[in-house]
Amino acid sequence: MAADSTTGQAAAAPHGRVDWESWHAHNSLKDLASLQRGARNFMNYCNGCHALKYERYQRMANDLHIPAAALEKDLVPPGSHPLDYITTAMPAADAFNWFGKVPPDLSLITRSKGSDYVYRFLKAFYVEPSTVTGSNNLAYPSTAMPAVLSELGGVNEAVFRQVKDAKEFDHFVNLVRGSMTDAQFDDFVRDTVNFLDYVGEPAQLERQTMGIWVVLFLVLLTWLAWLLKKEYWKDVH
Amino acid sequence: MANEVAQKPGLWGWINRRLPVETFMSSQLLEYYAQKNFNFWYFFGSLALLVLVIQLLSGIFLAMFYKVGAASSFDSVEFIMREVNYGWLLRYLHSTGASAFFLVIYLHMYRGLMYGSYKAPRELLWLFGMMIYLSLMAEAFMGYVLPWGNMSFWAATVIINLFGAVPVVGPTLVEWIRGDYGVADATLNRFFSLHVAALPMVLLVLVGLHVVALHETGSNNPDGIESKQKKSAQGLPLDGIPFHPYYTVKDIFGAGVFLTLFAAVVFFVPTFADLFLEKANFEPADPLSTPDPISPSWYFTPYYAILRSVPNKGLGAVIVLVAVLAFFFLPWLDRSPVRSIRYRGWIFRTFFALFTLSFLGLMYLGLQPAEGIYVTLSRVGCVLYFAFFILMPFYSRIDPVKPVPDRVTFHA
Repeated sequence: MAADSTTGQAAAAPHGRVDWESWHAHNSLKDLASLQRGARNFMNYCNGCHALKYERYQRMANDLHIPAAALEKDLVPPGSHPLDYITTAMPAADAFNWFGKVPPDLSLITRSKGSDYVYRFLKAFYVEPSTVTGSNNLAYPSTAMPAVLSELGGVNEAVFRQVKDAKEFDHFVNLVRGSMTDAQFDDFVRDTVNFLDYVGEPAQLERQTMGIWVVLFLVLLTWLAWLLKKEYWKDVH
Repeated sequence: MANEVAQKPGLWGWINRRLPVETFMSSQLLEYYAQKNFNFWYFFGSLALLVLVIQLLSGIFLAMFYKVGAASSFDSVEFIMREVNYGWLLRYLHSTGASAFFLVIYLHMYRGLMYGSYKAPRELLWLFGMMIYLSLMAEAFMGYVLPWGNMSFWAATVIINLFGAVPVVGPTLVEWIRGDYGVADATLNRFFSLHVAALPMVLLVLVGLHVVALHETGSNNPDGIESKQKKSAQGLPLDGIPFHPYYTVKDIFGAGVFLTLFAAVVFFVPTFADLFLEKANFEPADPLSTPDPISPSWYFTPYYAILRSVPNKGLGAVIVLVAVLAFFFLPWLDRSPVRSIRYRGWIFRTFFALFTLSFLGLMYLGLQPAEGIYVTLSRVGCVLYFAFFILMPFYSRIDPVKPVPDRVTFHA
């Protein structure tokens, strides 16, 4: 995972090119603390613009073992009920005026794009003064989303090299350090992706545990069926 | 037999004097004989029936929560996945069941090809089976559209547009099928109706006919010979055994193995690496954004590869139709005196091996982008696929077949 620490200064060193497309989220739904941190990250940094319209606050709290007091105090916004869906405070019409696009609902982003994509996207912002937002993204070129995590991960410049007729990304040069170290920021992004992975399919948490028992039961049943078959077929010569 | 049952006292006798339940079950199970040499390939008929039941049951419960409509379908599927108790299980049973259905049916059909089960006197049995296959394709395609994801939308658009290849009335026909100028709410609504009412009924009737035809002729077997009637000096069948209990217990074991694998997919890998549930279908239908690349479900990819290997769209659609319908003509294309691959000669075996390779190859190629070497290989696969059918009347006649045995090959 050390190879992932390419966001900040490490990348500024003049070593070989950075293969951002091989970054993997390596998140784990079994890591409850990571899921809880991811929920907090989402509420603090994403929920201003992005909704999770299929997920209720209460469901999230139940699945991630968030105490009711903490849920009501820190996570459910004033005027909302724990049984409400996780919407965003930003009116869609305003969002459209500001960004030229309504920020997408993120309930299914890890299912439609994959966890690794979201991980790469959040780590692949770079400065490009010619754009409206002042930044661009390797994973999603010309994205309308500004680099909202730069106060944490720092501000990077992308260095490209000329390959035949096309520009190809080579490495990042860190311009402004963020409040986090590279490793901390990787974890921050990983936790956030982990949470979105959970939101993409909350049933994942119970599905596999249940699956083990179902498969064990069926193996036993099949073994009994095999014995029965053998017993009956003794007569067949 | 019927008389004995009717004499029985109590409710069972009362019922059987009015409805021949026991007589019917006896004649179809206890007195229905099958040869004893069925191998691995003979599990897939009963498994197909099992998958049909899984699909009907999971489908009935899904339909209790699914809300058809361009504005509600996608949301209601997510509602099922998140808020309906075990809704995720219902959905994964149904989506995995669709793929399992085709896997089982393809293996079942392949068995028929290997052992010549389509040959006389089982032509109608084969034709009913092929009609089941066709109905299943329609059923699966329409079911695929119902979640109203972006791949649902574009798959519907591409497939329905194929009907535009029909001369003269093509464009009108396409509009008539869609019920709109593009794939839209009206299309979704009628596909729902066909998927949950019309086609399941067609399937059930065809499955019934398939089983009745089967019980009339009896099953073929890996040796492809009719030896069920051969009896010992004591009058006992030499090669035949009653379907119940012998094949019922064997099929229960087969069902156990199948269900174990099926459950492993449902609980651990329900998307099956994008093959059973595609990423693009977790985005709502969007007429302005085409998924890249558009690919059909894996069970349609052999035909998709054939479609794309033909440069002309209209001609491509016709060739795909012929590729599917070719199976219907097998009983009359095959001129070989033997049924089973075991006693066929090297010529048939070579064509059969090439056909197998071409089908699997086309299945793979249909999942790849339509460019460069993939298109060339698709064309080669296409030629081999059709060579199997078109040349069959010739090579099956000159094929150096081996003598068939009197009795089935069986090792207890």
